[in-house]
Amino acid sequence: MSGLGGLYLVLIILLVVVDFQYASWSDIRESLSDERVVFSIYLSLITCSLAAILSIWVAVPTGYVLARLGRDAIQRHLGQKPWLNRLAQFLRHLVDTILDIPIVLPPLVVGISLLVLFQTPVGRSIDHATQSFFSWAGFPGIRGITYEIPAIILAQFTVAAAFAIRTMRNTFEQIDDRPELVALTLGARRFRVFHSVALPQAWPGTVAAFTLAWARSLGEFGPILIFAGTARMKTEVLSTTVYLNFQFGNLRGAVVASLILISVAVVVLVATRLLLLSGQKGGLR
Amino acid sequence: MIRISELAIGQGDFRLEDVNLSLPDQCYAILMGPTGCGKTTLIEAICGLRPICNGSIYLGNHNVTNQAAFDRNVGYVPQDSVLFPTMRIDHQIEFALVVRKMAKNDRRQRVAELADLLGIGNILKRFPQGLSGGERQRVALARALAFRPQLLCLDEPLSALDASTKSQISSLLKRVHAQEKVTVLHITHNPTEAVELGTIVFRMVDQKIVQTSS
Repeated sequence: MSGLGGLYLVLIILLVVVDFQYASWSDIRESLSDERVVFSIYLSLITCSLAAILSIWVAVPTGYVLARLGRDAIQRHLGQKPWLNRLAQFLRHLVDTILDIPIVLPPLVVGISLLVLFQTPVGRSIDHATQSFFSWAGFPGIRGITYEIPAIILAQFTVAAAFAIRTMRNTFEQIDDRPELVALTLGARRFRVFHSVALPQAWPGTVAAFTLAWARSLGEFGPILIFAGTARMKTEVLSTTVYLNFQFGNLRGAVVASLILISVAVVVLVATRLLLLSGQKGGLR
Repeated sequence: MIRISELAIGQGDFRLEDVNLSLPDQCYAILMGPTGCGKTTLIEAICGLRPICNGSIYLGNHNVTNQAAFDRNVGYVPQDSVLFPTMRIDHQIEFALVVRKMAKNDRRQRVAELADLLGIGNILKRFPQGLSGGERQRVALARALAFRPQLLCLDEPLSALDASTKSQISSLLKRVHAQEKVTVLHITHNPTEAVELGTIVFRMVDQKIVQTSS
């Protein structure tokens, strides 16, 4: 078993090493002086961070509610009403399954579905409202959502939030709910219990969910390609830079963009690991 | 007077039916019974943590049967203390006072008073990790007493302690009861605890409660 794990480790290392061997440092330096590449790095960092923040904002309360609506909790709240218990459990499983859909859908399908959604009357009115908002906020260049920067964030968020919710649900499921019950007897309302007792215990899981959402957003390509397009210096993120370079026969440029993508991902993963370790040393669990 | 009449609680396949219990004000009531007879389920229902199928619970003249746990004014010390893992001890004790928006000075004064009564002044700035079983029980007791509850429910508070700590906490419970003048419902299956602490003793037999001594 450990041999298979070792082979997988070697495979990952080889993938990175061959990329570094294919492109020289001068290629990397040259790419980093290209304003298109610099733009796509900045746009990737900004959109990934916003998508990850939105994902956590949705995932923390959703994960908490899903975790606390387990079989025991449903029974605790609804008592001895079998049909109501069964209905509540069915609804919980249904919601859980729906929230998993973005994880199992092919990325291109997510992109196409988003594109179709924003062709409906509701989608169009959201598009118009977004355009008006950005115009009011001093960004008249952003004309709605589709094929604009908000489309990148929405495409990344749609997939990343599903992973973040799963992570937060698992985190809260592993946290003992009895301190929360004691807090209720002390006079705390539900939100206070969540905020003061449950959430501080979920700190490492929240960091992990944020990192996962961020990394997932960084690697997102299919939905962005369909829903935001690949307009250079407009909606071009690192993953689309790789694609565009490859598409135009510039394999070296694609490899260099891949290396930048790998470097950014490694820096974020290492920083998160260090943050988690320092939190544990400081007494947070 | 705490009055529980014809209480019925269901949990999965387990049911408690027709539970009746009356506790005079400021008494120290002991509820005994074998493991699995429903003592903890009953105490959780009194605290508002379990829905009841039938019956009523009165705290004084107030019918709290349908009140949420946060509105009941019942203090609860679970079996293994269950402290808040990420909160400092002094913050745990004043938690109930903070949610009641009590002034900071009054909170500090109450925390100091309880720390003095329970002998935990030296651990107020610590976190729960690394506290001994006895220290954890004292903190849980202080946290439940801080808001001066009408009823204090203790779920086997001495069961996980060694002999010498058990005797210390036992004397402490007597002192706390005398000083705080709170009605106590203490669950145990240890007859010695019942004799030492109880002013009134009940026993759960066949899911019914009978008074055995007072």
